[in-house]
Amino acid sequence: MANTVQTKAAVRPVDTQQPRATIARRQKSPYPFWFMIPAGVIYTVLFLVPAAVAFYFSLTRWTLFDQEFIGLDNYVQFFEEPALVSGLTHTLIFAVVTCGLKVVIGMALAVLLTSQIIGRAFLRSVAFFPVLVSTIGVGIAFTVLMNPTRGAINGALGVVGVQGPGWLTDPQWALLSVAFVDVWRGVGLATVIYMAGILSIPQEYFEAAKVDGAGSGQSFWHIVLPLAKPATVTVLILSLIGGLRSFDLIWAMTKGGPGFTSDVIASVIYKQYQAGFYGLSTAGNVILFLLVTGIVVPLFWWFNRKGVEA
Amino acid sequence: MRLGTSRSGVLAAAVLTAGSIALSACSAGSLGSSEQSTPGKTQITFLTNNDPNNVKTANAMIKAFQTDNADITVKLDTRPGGGEGDNLVKTRLSTGDMADVFEYNSGSLFQAISPEKNLTPVSDAAWAGDLDDTFKKVVTAGDNLYGAPWGPATGGGVLYNTKVYTKLGLKVPTTWDEFMANNAKIKAAGVTPVAQTFGDTWTSQIFVLADYHNVDEADPSFAENYTANKAKYATTPAAKAGFQHLEDVHKAGYLNKEFAAAKFEDGLRAVATGTAAHYPMITFAVPAMYGVTPKNVNDVGFFALPGTDAAKAGVTIWEPSGIYIPKTTTDAKLEAAKKFQAFVASPKACEVQAKVAPIGGPFPIKSCTLPANVATAVKDLTGYVEKGAITLALEFLSPIKGPALEQITVEVGSGIRSADAGAKLYDKDVEKQAQQLGLEGW
Amino acid sequence: MTSRRPNYLLSAIALALFSVIFLLPFAFILFTAAMNQEEAATFRFSWPDNWQLIQNVKDVFRTRDYILVVAFINSTILTVASVAVMVILAAMVAFVLQRRKSRWNVPINILMLAGLIIPPAVVPTIWVMQELGIFKTMHGLILVEIAFGLSFCVLLFQAFISTIPRQLDEAAIVDGAGPLGLFFRIIFPLLRPVIVTVVVVQTVFVWNDFTNPLYFLPGDENATVQLTLFNFQSQYNTSYNLLFADILLITIPPLLLFLFFQRQIVSGLTAGSVKG
Repeated sequence: MANTVQTKAAVRPVDTQQPRATIARRQKSPYPFWFMIPAGVIYTVLFLVPAAVAFYFSLTRWTLFDQEFIGLDNYVQFFEEPALVSGLTHTLIFAVVTCGLKVVIGMALAVLLTSQIIGRAFLRSVAFFPVLVSTIGVGIAFTVLMNPTRGAINGALGVVGVQGPGWLTDPQWALLSVAFVDVWRGVGLATVIYMAGILSIPQEYFEAAKVDGAGSGQSFWHIVLPLAKPATVTVLILSLIGGLRSFDLIWAMTKGGPGFTSDVIASVIYKQYQAGFYGLSTAGNVILFLLVTGIVVPLFWWFNRKGVEA
Repeated sequence: MRLGTSRSGVLAAAVLTAGSIALSACSAGSLGSSEQSTPGKTQITFLTNNDPNNVKTANAMIKAFQTDNADITVKLDTRPGGGEGDNLVKTRLSTGDMADVFEYNSGSLFQAISPEKNLTPVSDAAWAGDLDDTFKKVVTAGDNLYGAPWGPATGGGVLYNTKVYTKLGLKVPTTWDEFMANNAKIKAAGVTPVAQTFGDTWTSQIFVLADYHNVDEADPSFAENYTANKAKYATTPAAKAGFQHLEDVHKAGYLNKEFAAAKFEDGLRAVATGTAAHYPMITFAVPAMYGVTPKNVNDVGFFALPGTDAAKAGVTIWEPSGIYIPKTTTDAKLEAAKKFQAFVASPKACEVQAKVAPIGGPFPIKSCTLPANVATAVKDLTGYVEKGAITLALEFLSPIKGPALEQITVEVGSGIRSADAGAKLYDKDVEKQAQQLGLEGW
Repeated sequence: MTSRRPNYLLSAIALALFSVIFLLPFAFILFTAAMNQEEAATFRFSWPDNWQLIQNVKDVFRTRDYILVVAFINSTILTVASVAVMVILAAMVAFVLQRRKSRWNVPINILMLAGLIIPPAVVPTIWVMQELGIFKTMHGLILVEIAFGLSFCVLLFQAFISTIPRQLDEAAIVDGAGPLGLFFRIIFPLLRPVIVTVVVVQTVFVWNDFTNPLYFLPGDENATVQLTLFNFQSQYNTSYNLLFADILLITIPPLLLFLFFQRQIVSGLTAGSVKG
C-alpha cells in the first residue's frame, strides 16, 4: 500500500482532471451511484416531499383544517408586513455580524490553539463547551446575566464605573446582544473546523518556509490561509446560513423584542405560524429560502470553482 | 496508518448502529407504560398545559373523578402553553391525533380550531343549564355547545396595594383622571405609582384589553362593527384610549425603573410588598401571588380600569379554558370522556379546585360557590360580578385578535411608538387575522 | 510553528481571557443551580447563601415522577441511533459526490444545500409519516433526525474528502478493491478527524433538539431532555435554581462525549501530519 505520508508530501494541489485509467473504467466506477440510495430515499421521503407539499400550501390560505387556493396573495401580504423590511435588515445585520466574527475569531483562536502554548487541551475544551449547551439553556442564562439592573454583566461594569446599557431591553442593543451570544456559543465549532484544517497542513511546508526565512506572519498569510481554504469556506457558508436562518437563540432571549427591534425574518415567520397563519408563514419560509439561496449559492459556487484539492 | 485498526473500527461502528436500531424499537416509554388498559376499565387520555399549578390541579381533579368512577382511568398528558401549545393542539387535531379529551382556551382561540368540524357537541348535556350564560357564549359555535369550564372566570383591571392607599388616604379611582391624580400623590410620597413588566410581553396588553368594558359602555356595537371591518381602534376614541393610557403613564414618569426587563413575578412582588402601588393585571395572577409573596396576598385589592364615566365603571372579564372532546373519540371512550367533562362542570369539581390551589375569580357554574377565604382582590372582583358591572373581553366577542398586539403595546408603553401610530399598526395587524378566518368585509 | 519552547506570556493571556469569556457564564449557571428558589430569582452572581446543589438535583429528578430519567433514556437512544446512521450514509454520499464527476453533481448539491436552508415543514412531514405508519414511533423520529441532519454532514465530509489524494483510490482499485472495500477500508478511516467533529456536533444538535420530538413523538412517556426544561418555567413562576440545575444535568452527556473524544480529535488531527 502506498505510504500515506509520502504521497501527501509529494502531492501538489491536484487538478480536477480525471486520469485516463479511470475513464476507461467508467462502466464499473468505484464511485457507484447506489451509495447514495439509502440517504437519498430517507432525505427525499422525509424532507423533500414534505417541503414540496408545504410549497403548495404557501399558495393557499391554510388553517390546518381547510385551505383555499389564493395564488400569490400570501406572498404579496408578506411583503406588506410592516415588520418585514426591518426584519430583513435585522436578518442581514445579524448574519453578517455573526458570520464575520465567527470566521475571524475562529481562525484566530485556531491559530492560537495550535501554537506552542501550555494548557492547549484544556483551552480547546473550554472554547468548545458552549457548543454543547442547549440553545434554550444558553439563552436563559445570558438573559439573566444581561438583565439591565440585576444582571452580573452590568454589575461587573458598574464596579469599574461604566453604566451598562439595557442589553436586551434597549432597542439599539437588543439585536447585537443576541448576535454576541450567538458568536460566543458558536465560535468553538468554527475553531475546531479551522483546527482540523490547519493541522492537516504538513509540517514540511512550514519548515520549508522557515528555511526560506519567513516570519510567522508571512507563514500565516502564505501557508495557513490558502491551505485552510476548505475550512474557511465551510465555516463561512455554515455561519452565513445559520445566521440568516437564526431563530432559536433570538426567540429564547428577546422573542423579537423589545417591540419589533430584534425581529428577524425567521421570528416574523414563526409569529405568523403561532398566530395560525399557516399558509402565510409557509410563504415566508419560501421567501427566506430564496433569500438564503440567492446569497449562499453564488458564494458556494464561486468558492468551488476555484476549488483546491490539497 | 494501519488498516487493521480501521477494520475493527468499522466493525464497532456497525455493531453500534445495529444495536441502536434494535434498541430504538423500544423507547423508554414503552418499557414502562402499558398500552393495554386493564380489562374492565376504560382508559382515556386528557391533554392540558404543563404549567406546574395547572398540573397540580389536573392531578387532583383526576383523582377525585376516578374515585367516583372506578371503571375509568384518566391518563394525564401535557403540552407547553402559549403559542407553542396552540400549534400543538391545532397540529394534533388536524392530523387526527388528539387526546380523548383536552383543555384549550375559549373565545376566539376556540373558534380558530374549527369546533364544528373537530369537536363533539354537548348541547344536550345535563350540566349545560348550570353554566353562566357568559361562559356558554364562549364555548358555543353555530348553535352547539362544546365545552365545560376549566377553572374560574377572572377579571382584568388594576391590582393595588391597600396599605399604600390607606397610608396616603387615597380612594379607589372611578375615572382615569382620578387614577392619574392618585398616581401623582403616590409618586410624591416616594412610591412607584405603576409597575409594568415588559420582560413578559403579554402583560403589556392589559391597559388596552382590560379597558374593553369602557369601550363597550361607550359604543355597544363596537364588537360587531369591528368584526365587520366597520370600526377601527385608531378611529374610535373610546378604543384608542387604551393605547393612550399606556403612553400617558410612561410619559408621566410613573413607571418602575426596570419596567423593560421586569417579569410578571416582579410585578406581583412589587404591588404585594408596596414597592409599587398599582399593577395592571388580570386576577388569575392572584393564585400566583401565593407562590411569590404568600404573606402579603391580602394586602392587594382590585379595581376596574377607570374610564371616563364613573357611573358606568365595570370589569372586563376573561372566561376560563374549556374542556372539549374531539370527534375522534368514540364508543366507550366517548362515554368516559363525557363523564369526565360532566364532572368538570359540577360543583364537586369547584370544591376540588378550591382546595388544591387558591382561586382567582368566580366559577362560571351557577351551583358553585366561592370559599370564604379567597384573597381580597378576588372578593373585590366578585363585588363587580354580583352587581353585573361586567363585560366580556373583546377576544370573546370577536374572533379577531391581532398576533402582534403585545409587541405593539410594549412599544407604546416604552415610548418607542406613539399611541396613535400603535393603534394604526394594530388595525393593520388585525387585517391578516380577519382574512385568515375568511370574515366578510375584509 | 516549529519553535518548541512554549510562549508563556501568550499562554497566560489566553488562559485568563478564556476563563473570563467562556468559563464565567458556566460558573454562574453552577452557582444559581445551587441556590434556593428565592435567591436564584434575584439573579445575583455570587456564592449561594446555602449550597443546595444536591438537593436541587434530587428535586429535578423527582419532578413529574422522574420524567428526567425517562427523558435521558429516550434522548440517548434517539441521539446514538440517528447520529450513527447519518454519519455513515452522509459519508457515502459525500464520497461519491466528491470523487465522481457527473452532471448530476450540481443538482444533487443544490438539493443537499436546500436541506440546510429550508426549514422542515411539520404538518406535511406528519402526513408522510402517517402514510408510512411511522408517526409517533421512535424509529420514525430517528429517520426524521437523519433526514434533517444529512445536509450538514455531507457538506463537511465533502470538504475533507477533497484533501484525500486520488492516488490512494487508484492504488486500492489496482489492488482489486471494490467500491465498498475502497470506501470502508481506505477512505472512511482517513476521515476520522472529520467524523469525530461531525459526530460531536450532530450529537449535540440532536440531543438539544426540542421541536422535532415535540411534534413527531409527542407524549409524556416519550419526553426528551430539552422538554424537561419546561417543567420549571411557567408563565407565572420560574424556579431558576431548578431550571439551571436541569440545564447542568442535561449538559453532562454531551460534555462527557466531548471530553472522551477530545483526545481523539487531537490525536486524529495530528496523526495526519506526523511523519511515519
